[in-house]
Amino acid sequence: MNTAADTVVPEKLVTADGTPLKVSLARARRRARNRALMLVAPLFLFILVTFFIPIFSMLFRSVENNIVPDTLHRTAVAIQGWDESGDEIPSEEVFEALHADFVEGYENKSIGQPGRRLNYEKPGFSSLFRKSGRRATKMEPPYKEAFIKVSKDWGDVAYWRVLKRESGNYTKAYYLSALDFSYDEEGNVMKNPGKESIYVTLFWRTMWMSMLITVLCLILAYPISYLLSTLPARTSNLLMILVLLPFWTSLLVRTSAWIAILQQEGVINDILVWFGFLADDNRLAMIHNQVGTIVAMVHVLLPFMVLPLYSVMKNIPPSYMRAARSLGANPFTAFVRVYMPNTVPGIGAGAILVFIISIGYYITPALVGGQSGTLISNYIAYHLESSLNWGLAAALGAILLGLVLALYLLYDRIVGIDNMKLG
Amino acid sequence: MALPAHAGRIETIWYYTFRVICGLIFFFLIAPIVIIVPLSFNAEPFFTFTPEMLALDPAGYSFEWYKDFFTDANWQGAVQNSFIIAIFSTLVSTSLGTIAALGLSRAEMPAKTVVMGILISPMIVPLIISAAGMFFFYTDIGLASTHLGVILAHAALATPFVVITVTATLVGFDHSLTRAAATLGASPVTTFFRVIVPLILPGVISGALFAFVTSFDEVVVVKFVGSYQQRTIPWAMFSGIREQISPTILAVATLLIVLSISLLATIELLRRRNERLRGMSPG
Repeated sequence: MNTAADTVVPEKLVTADGTPLKVSLARARRRARNRALMLVAPLFLFILVTFFIPIFSMLFRSVENNIVPDTLHRTAVAIQGWDESGDEIPSEEVFEALHADFVEGYENKSIGQPGRRLNYEKPGFSSLFRKSGRRATKMEPPYKEAFIKVSKDWGDVAYWRVLKRESGNYTKAYYLSALDFSYDEEGNVMKNPGKESIYVTLFWRTMWMSMLITVLCLILAYPISYLLSTLPARTSNLLMILVLLPFWTSLLVRTSAWIAILQQEGVINDILVWFGFLADDNRLAMIHNQVGTIVAMVHVLLPFMVLPLYSVMKNIPPSYMRAARSLGANPFTAFVRVYMPNTVPGIGAGAILVFIISIGYYITPALVGGQSGTLISNYIAYHLESSLNWGLAAALGAILLGLVLALYLLYDRIVGIDNMKLG
Repeated sequence: MALPAHAGRIETIWYYTFRVICGLIFFFLIAPIVIIVPLSFNAEPFFTFTPEMLALDPAGYSFEWYKDFFTDANWQGAVQNSFIIAIFSTLVSTSLGTIAALGLSRAEMPAKTVVMGILISPMIVPLIISAAGMFFFYTDIGLASTHLGVILAHAALATPFVVITVTATLVGFDHSLTRAAATLGASPVTTFFRVIVPLILPGVISGALFAFVTSFDEVVVVKFVGSYQQRTIPWAMFSGIREQISPTILAVATLLIVLSISLLATIELLRRRNERLRGMSPG
């Protein structure tokens, strides 16, 4: 009867080849995990090289300052002994180092670079370096007098203070100017006066315009998402095309459409003049200003609000509303107290999606925004392409990136990354 | 949501008001796209309706801007570049993204949420920031102003869409099928091509379409990483609008609308096929 107890029960369970089951299982699990990791690894490396390293290189650009200490390497060392708080300009020793750096830099044709870099901090440096570079090769000691003879700016303590401040390998100057701070004559950090604080104004404008666009998108998306989610499948699929077609149509197509509609000779103005609401010489300016940016961006981003709202509303059982009505709520109360709270996840998802996209928008404001409708990204592009102040562009980009990441964490808190829907 | 028989007067009024409001919003969504089409047949070099067009006079319409588009070297170069860049970046992003999605959907994958977050981050970072970073880095390593640079950049931007769509398809994937194939003697490679691929193909194709559109429609990164030699259709439209507005842009826009309608139809067909294959009722 006791056969079960009599059979030899091994100390440990083993597999056919004699390894303990636990070990064998752990090995199989490890192998499966490694296989999964191996599948993900190629894309991971690809994204790392093509995307993350570029982002880090931008972050690095926003603080790096190699041009000055590399080109003026002797001066950068010699100037450390100089006391910038006094009124004295540096000693002959520093000027000797400066002369050697200028001669070397003039031969390499690299002397203009630190001049341009320092010109961002104090206008005048660029021409000072150009002027001195040419003559440095013919200078005789004492160099202090020789340099001051070329330009008396070399005798100005203010230039030397800037030179010493920016002689390190890293600088916070780009972030300071991106946040509208600058150094005064004594080297203290000062807030720029109201008129010159362009970037903080721009960040605020980007924020409030994105917020306005988000609210407008929500107001427009809510009714049509509700209609789409309550109509029978056949009708709602047909109407859905009206949302999906703009979603799939090129951004440039939609922006050029708005130019055709909103411009002075455009469709809206033509209609208003035709009906006599407007005089022909008094056409509305709806483009190249904030109105143009907001209208076009609401149109471009509306599908991003409709799709998450629709997918949430689709899953709210209609019996909720009927239950509320049968318990005595009037249609309005039932809608506000029962239906709307159920749509909050969709509102959150859509709102943060639209807000994040609009905060970094570039194309539409660049084409229809004019002066008053430009956003922070247009200035990043301007510094990359036109002013060539790449450090400042990188600092502005880094601040914008910080803002977006903060918003994204908020998005993750509210809806979670996994719930991202593409419609 | 038909109007119930017992509805009162206020309810009836609201019912119709609501439909009118919705109609206006749909009109706002679709009107700009519809308006482009007739404007592209304009006989005059304007972005606006001429009196002849409004009178439906045939003289007010012409194919001039389409002819211009098909004969102009600038536009034809842009078309060629657009297709080269979009096709290659779609190939890169679809193959890498599909393989990664297979790994991500395995139960044994550690730190799934974190890895997913990293892989889809090119979709979350604003384009201007990605473009700035790529501009700096690709200039340093000599990839700026090359087709390869733009293709790699677009592939990076497009992979999140592939990863998301393919992972979504794999949610309903029955992993015992691969084990069944293995017990029947199929090698992993055979299993992949004969069992997995046919089942996830709709997801892969719609991911590839997303990737194609992402690259085809992208202009910010091309503008910074590429140069005139890499100009794409959106690039040419962008500089066209900025420099000299001509209805050729509207003709191109009309052709792009036709393209997006056919893409939309393809995706809808794929979605239906996918639901049918998985035994779900067609929506």
